[in-house]
Amino acid sequence: MAGAAVAPASPVTSQQAPWEAVIGLETHVQLGTASKIFTSASTAFGDAPNTHIDPVVCGLPGTLPVLNQKVLEYAVKAALALNLHIAEHSKFDRKQYFYPDLPKNYQISQFDEPIAEDGWIEVEVAEKGKQTYLKRIGIERLHMEEDAGKLVHAGSDRLDGSTHSLVDYNRAGVALAEIVSKPDLRTGREAAEYASEIRRIMRYLGVSDGNMQEGSLRCDVNISVRRGPDAPFGTKVEIKNMNSFSAIQKAIDYEIQRQIKAYEAGEPVRQETRLWDESKQLTKSMRGKEGASDYRYFPDPDLGPIEVSDAQREGWRAELPELPAAKRHRYAEQLGLSIYDARVLTDERSMAEYFEAAVAAGADAKGIANWVTGDIAAYVNANRLAIAELPLKPEQLAELVQLIEGGIISGKIAKEILPELLEQGGSAKAIVAERGLGMISDPAAIAAIVEELLAAHPEEVAAFRSGKNKLQGFFVGQLMKKTGGKADPKLANQILIEKLNG
Amino acid sequence: MSKITADDVRKVAKLARLDLPEAKIATYTGQLERILDYVAHLETVDTEGVPATTRAVEVVNVCREDLVTPTDVREELLNEAPQREGDFIRVPKIVAS
Amino acid sequence: MGIADSREQGIAEWRQQLEKGEVSARELTEHHLARIQAVDPTVHAYLEITSERARADADRIDARRAAGETLPPLAGIPLAIKDNLCTKGVTTTCSSRMLEHFVPPYESTVTDRLWQAGAVLLGKTNLDEFAMGSSTETSAFGPSRNPWNPERVPGGSSGGSAAAVAAGECIAALGSDTGGSIRQPASFCGVVGLKPTYGRVSRYGLVAFASSLDQVGPFTTSVADAAELLQVIAGADPRDATCLQAPVPDYVAALDQPVAGLRVGMVRECFEAEGLDPQVKAAVLAAAAQLEALGCELVDVSCPRFNDGIATYYVIAPSEASANLARYDGVKYGYRAPDATSLAEMTARSRAEGFGDEVQRRILIGTYALSAGYVDAYYKKAQQVRTLIRRDFDRAFEAVDVLLTPTSPTTAFGFGAHSDDPLAMYLADLLTIPANMAGLPAINVPCGFDLEGLPIGLQLITGVLEEPRLLQVAHHYELAAQVMQARPVAPLVP
Repeated sequence: MAGAAVAPASPVTSQQAPWEAVIGLETHVQLGTASKIFTSASTAFGDAPNTHIDPVVCGLPGTLPVLNQKVLEYAVKAALALNLHIAEHSKFDRKQYFYPDLPKNYQISQFDEPIAEDGWIEVEVAEKGKQTYLKRIGIERLHMEEDAGKLVHAGSDRLDGSTHSLVDYNRAGVALAEIVSKPDLRTGREAAEYASEIRRIMRYLGVSDGNMQEGSLRCDVNISVRRGPDAPFGTKVEIKNMNSFSAIQKAIDYEIQRQIKAYEAGEPVRQETRLWDESKQLTKSMRGKEGASDYRYFPDPDLGPIEVSDAQREGWRAELPELPAAKRHRYAEQLGLSIYDARVLTDERSMAEYFEAAVAAGADAKGIANWVTGDIAAYVNANRLAIAELPLKPEQLAELVQLIEGGIISGKIAKEILPELLEQGGSAKAIVAERGLGMISDPAAIAAIVEELLAAHPEEVAAFRSGKNKLQGFFVGQLMKKTGGKADPKLANQILIEKLNG
Repeated sequence: MSKITADDVRKVAKLARLDLPEAKIATYTGQLERILDYVAHLETVDTEGVPATTRAVEVVNVCREDLVTPTDVREELLNEAPQREGDFIRVPKIVAS
Repeated sequence: MGIADSREQGIAEWRQQLEKGEVSARELTEHHLARIQAVDPTVHAYLEITSERARADADRIDARRAAGETLPPLAGIPLAIKDNLCTKGVTTTCSSRMLEHFVPPYESTVTDRLWQAGAVLLGKTNLDEFAMGSSTETSAFGPSRNPWNPERVPGGSSGGSAAAVAAGECIAALGSDTGGSIRQPASFCGVVGLKPTYGRVSRYGLVAFASSLDQVGPFTTSVADAAELLQVIAGADPRDATCLQAPVPDYVAALDQPVAGLRVGMVRECFEAEGLDPQVKAAVLAAAAQLEALGCELVDVSCPRFNDGIATYYVIAPSEASANLARYDGVKYGYRAPDATSLAEMTARSRAEGFGDEVQRRILIGTYALSAGYVDAYYKKAQQVRTLIRRDFDRAFEAVDVLLTPTSPTTAFGFGAHSDDPLAMYLADLLTIPANMAGLPAINVPCGFDLEGLPIGLQLITGVLEEPRLLQVAHHYELAAQVMQARPVAPLVP
């Protein structure tokens, strides 16, 4: 019964456990197959309305659905990556309701025999100023279903006040994987991290591009609050319309406070659906939404059951890449990287693989990490390149880093030759040899140059010796200029100080 | 199985999006009552432990390849609509009920 | 040369004559168009007569033949198609105001196979609205009439196709069968009507009524012709996930296999059914004796759960139909109620105005049976009883090879006989429903006439994909019994 106002089970008393939010996320992931789930129309995004339609998409009389085998593959792989158990026997059901974006006025979905159940993922919760921690979030189920079309409400920018609506079926029939978490989340941040990890995993698998702005990843939140972990659940409120991870976090934070305030003021919290208003930064009631719908689920007679064999499942499991959480652990524990660096490097599979290839070529992990997360990331972002397209190949980066580690060149020289390496690739070793960029590490050689320098600037030397310590920078600069940046910085500094101090 | 009332019929008609005049509701209630009464006979059949049959002749793991076949009847499809507006199909305003 | 009576020769003979040039495809088509013009004002088998298309189809066949091409098996054979099968570019109404002007932009798989086989489309035939009914009386465009007696119904829902074949208005026709909609009108109209194994024939393009029960099948004047048509339309279809991959045997070649030694099960519950007309019973028993004379062994079998068939069917079929018909909402195609001020009003009025009473009743029953609080008692229960009905068949087929029953408890009734009582109409389906529940192939073969000259039909049922045996037994019976040779005179039956 929607709209039922339920006061908390236990009234506010003096001895109260602190408020706890209980949060679950329902995530819809558009699977990136070429054709739709039940017909061969294209799933391409962004074309003119009603381009990617056919008689089946439009639910014409006499048309029938046939399952896209790649959708099953993607769904099973996603489920395996989320540690779900793949059902031995799974079927499709019709979920019935009337709405113009639903051509048949029923959605082919999965009700009581979904393709996968009972899994979990590990989420790394990081927040500025707080300690990063790991949390295991349970996942109830993952099932396959078809997406609906889109409605444009004309005559107004909202549903209320529109004079008519326009229907576009491009999206109708695109494959979705619906992922329902267990109510293990407790904060807005945890929810945002969970959603972000789901997206990351889907992108790692290549089963979805997880783009919240384009709608290929959508999250709805279910949230209630209660007094302490042993209290009965409070009234569950659904929140929709969050288009980014930060919106998820803010919507939850706002809603937690709203619910707590209501309970503390003795006001009821209605069981309802609320929308996140990004411009006003609050949740508001979706007025007039019908009560809990009777979807009249029943098995779809047009589609037979799915029975994934052990061989099929294990075959697909063997095709899964190493997942983000595993990489994060491995980078921190085996490669000694910081949590932060591990996080940044593993955010996108392509960057992680670039990094790993460079390390495999024999360079120090920390050194590679710095370059990849710093200059290289900045370059690919600025030039809108995929890191896999970067002319500087991982082995070549490794070569560069090895030159620095081995004391062959200075960091400064490395930075100087980086731009051309980024643009054209190439062997750092060769460049250094060609142009004689090798670091000057011979103390005698440096000493000689320092002496020349001091001799050429007697006033500055005197000034330094009489207390103007800042002039050291001047000499360092001059030394670098004289050596073309090739002096071993440590050694050069050491010798310079020695000689300056007399 | 309880008797079906006019109110039940009204509710079901709403679920099924059928705008029925009261006279029809009355007629249908009587007819549906007779039919459901007959169907109630199923109650007497012992189905303990009997699985349900969705399809009499079963088919398992029927799939198709992930190939795109663009339609060649896009115009015809859009022209089937009672009210087409350019690339869209137009419907009257959706009032939040 | 004049064209002989449709009944005197079948598709094979016509094919020979066409091949030898004794008759042209155009002549054959013109003969049938003339026949339609003469009798259809009374019979009203056709909703649409596609004369131009028919002539063009026929001319094309004649031209190809003249060019020396080897032509496919149904080249030049004029057929009628039930109007719930989508034919591209040809209006497909399902006898409903909801689709009165609907022209499908695509072809159903079965009709596509017929046109590939060279067949000629004479027109679309009348049915009960959305295939829901047993008499064509629920058609929004008026009922069809039984050619044996125009005051009687032709049966339904495929009444138009049955009547068209009986009246010689086409050589053969396609219909669909969900609870008996091919077999019962075939019985009433004295023609052969075949419902194949569920999944033997593609449903892509068949406007869905009850998806787990619907099958497409032929109406013909002989069992041999039914085999010919089944040969063309049967087989796997990648567009229908419920369509079986099993290879299609040669049905025509299988016809002559001898039947001596086959065990024929007489289903006790069918011969003892309430309301079974004694004349019908007598005729079918006589047919049984004929089978015995052919060397078959008659065996008494019991299938007690058959008596639950109607209750099971009238939960499952409306439930599936309520979902299948939800798409008719005035949005994308079909009837849209004018002057609606909101979407909800537009949809609810379009459906109330577009659908007739029987369709509305079934949508209501189905919606009710699936709704929260009732789905377990109704829908789930019915699906379980369905399993029990199948088990009865499984048990029976351990003892026999084919089952024999009357097709319908009565011969064709008069118009309006059941108009006050939908339930009474439903009860007449009791003999045909069980085969749909179990997905088994079943055929009606004329086996006699009652004292009023109305046809009586017998039903044969075999196991899954056993159409060859089914057709065999039917064929041998037909040849031995020569029922049509002794037929009464009926002005509209050639």
